[in-house]
Amino acid sequence: MKINSRAVVMTLYLLFLLLPIYWLLNMSLKTNTEILNSFTLWPRDLTLANYATILTDPAWYMGYVNSLIYVCLNTVISLAVALPAAYAFSRYSFMGDKHLFFWLLTNRMAPPAVFALPFFQLYSSVGLFDTHIAVALAHCLFNVPLAVWILEGFMRGVPKEIDETAYIDGYSFGRFFVKIFMPLIASGIGVAAFFCFMFSWVELLLSRTLTTVDAKPIAAIMTRTQGASGIDWGVLAAAGVLTIVPGALVIYFVRNYIAKGFALGRV
Amino acid sequence: MEKTVNQKAWFLVLPVLILVAFSAVIPLMTVVNYSVQDTFGNNQFFWAGLEWFDEMLHSERMWDALGRQLLFSGIILAIEIPLGVFVALNMPKSGFWSSLCLVLMSLPLLIPWNVVGTIWQIFGRVDIGLLGHTLDALGIDYNYTQDTLAAWVTIVVMDVWHWTSLVALLAFAGLKSIPDAFYQAAKIDQASRWKVFRYIELPKMMGVLMIAILLRFMDSFMIYTEPFVVTGGGPGNATTLLSIDLVKMALGQFDLGPAAAFSIMYFLVILLISWVFYTVMTTIDRREG
Repeated sequence: MKINSRAVVMTLYLLFLLLPIYWLLNMSLKTNTEILNSFTLWPRDLTLANYATILTDPAWYMGYVNSLIYVCLNTVISLAVALPAAYAFSRYSFMGDKHLFFWLLTNRMAPPAVFALPFFQLYSSVGLFDTHIAVALAHCLFNVPLAVWILEGFMRGVPKEIDETAYIDGYSFGRFFVKIFMPLIASGIGVAAFFCFMFSWVELLLSRTLTTVDAKPIAAIMTRTQGASGIDWGVLAAAGVLTIVPGALVIYFVRNYIAKGFALGRV
Repeated sequence: MEKTVNQKAWFLVLPVLILVAFSAVIPLMTVVNYSVQDTFGNNQFFWAGLEWFDEMLHSERMWDALGRQLLFSGIILAIEIPLGVFVALNMPKSGFWSSLCLVLMSLPLLIPWNVVGTIWQIFGRVDIGLLGHTLDALGIDYNYTQDTLAAWVTIVVMDVWHWTSLVALLAFAGLKSIPDAFYQAAKIDQASRWKVFRYIELPKMMGVLMIAILLRFMDSFMIYTEPFVVTGGGPGNATTLLSIDLVKMALGQFDLGPAAAFSIMYFLVILLISWVFYTVMTTIDRREG
């Protein structure tokens, strides 16, 4: 019998990836009694009560809403400023362009832990503390450089003759950019949006530091399950599963571009 | 591509510049400010010069944390890069299975970092976790909250679980860009599998692999949430990496001066190493045209 070694490798690797996620899902469908008292590979006593707890309590589900609001805000802001900048970097050379590009990248390298306290003070002093826009702006720190980097990679692949032809045909810069150029790099924009979404969605340190009540992200609310009577494992697991859902949905839409996107458009 | 010289392009970059200046330069200046001042509270500050830097440079705590951090980044790079390449070589090239693999592999990347921590915290527990329970049943003494080695193994495996897919996806993108003609030529020359990898696939992947190494190095050097959730830096200080130590110092003990000096040196180390990678990367980019 011929064993396909490729399939074996991939199966093992995917198994390794999915087992911990399965375990979380498994726990989220159990009652706390079952979790703590018996060790079961699948829920014997299937229950959706943990999900019901989350989806009926505003203190819980508002966390998801808050997270989604600042993530979307961040994606829009990042793309809006990154598009023209990426165009400039990919088409023109100007004084200090290389230094500027590297300086932008250094912000992607800045440890959030370094910025946590100063951000807290900055946004408190301008009265933006505990708002969605504060978190969205804070996340721009690493998302804008990344978006510029990715978009520049994609734009480089568009031949310059297209720009020139459009200008000869009498297009203004703005009309050319929106009508002709943006559709050409649509996949690049999608990928950049995906990455902004992703990094804003998974970040916790800054979003937790900058919020207390009104804009508190779901990831920070999850720590609530550590109550006086110990940890409510079932609800914790259910909340965890629900945080995976938006990511999984977004991946599905960009699945064909994901590999190129991770290479920052440089393949 | 030949670029036109056009100073007006600055206007296109301006929005980015303003935004990043607001969210990076101002906070960074605050840090610099703290690092050269001392306070007795009440918002009264006075000049301390380079005292904090001096203190931090002679602080064993920081050197220990830096040592652990370098060890951690070193281990995960040594595992994730080869493993990621290996997985990429085994991925189906196209069709339904390829898409399925891509989606499933990206899944860990989109899980919020503290949920990643929670997943492994649960997974590794001896009483309710599959991993912990299985190891315990096999008679292996495993307890990540008590035992240093177990704690390290847990955070390393967690990071491998979390990020190997990123390396694999990058390597996969690199592999897909190799034209079939290269493989056909190798077949005619009767090149071995190893030689195909060494002389065709590896050089073609070099560019994306550099990005992978750069991203993985930067992110592992700044890692905070995942190990914090799993071990809280313990047992003792065994898994207190740089960021964990810094947050403890700045937000926990509110030692602003030392924390700020620490921050600046921390940032400079990352910057230096990243600059080296970046230079290598752009050189490769240019050579390939």
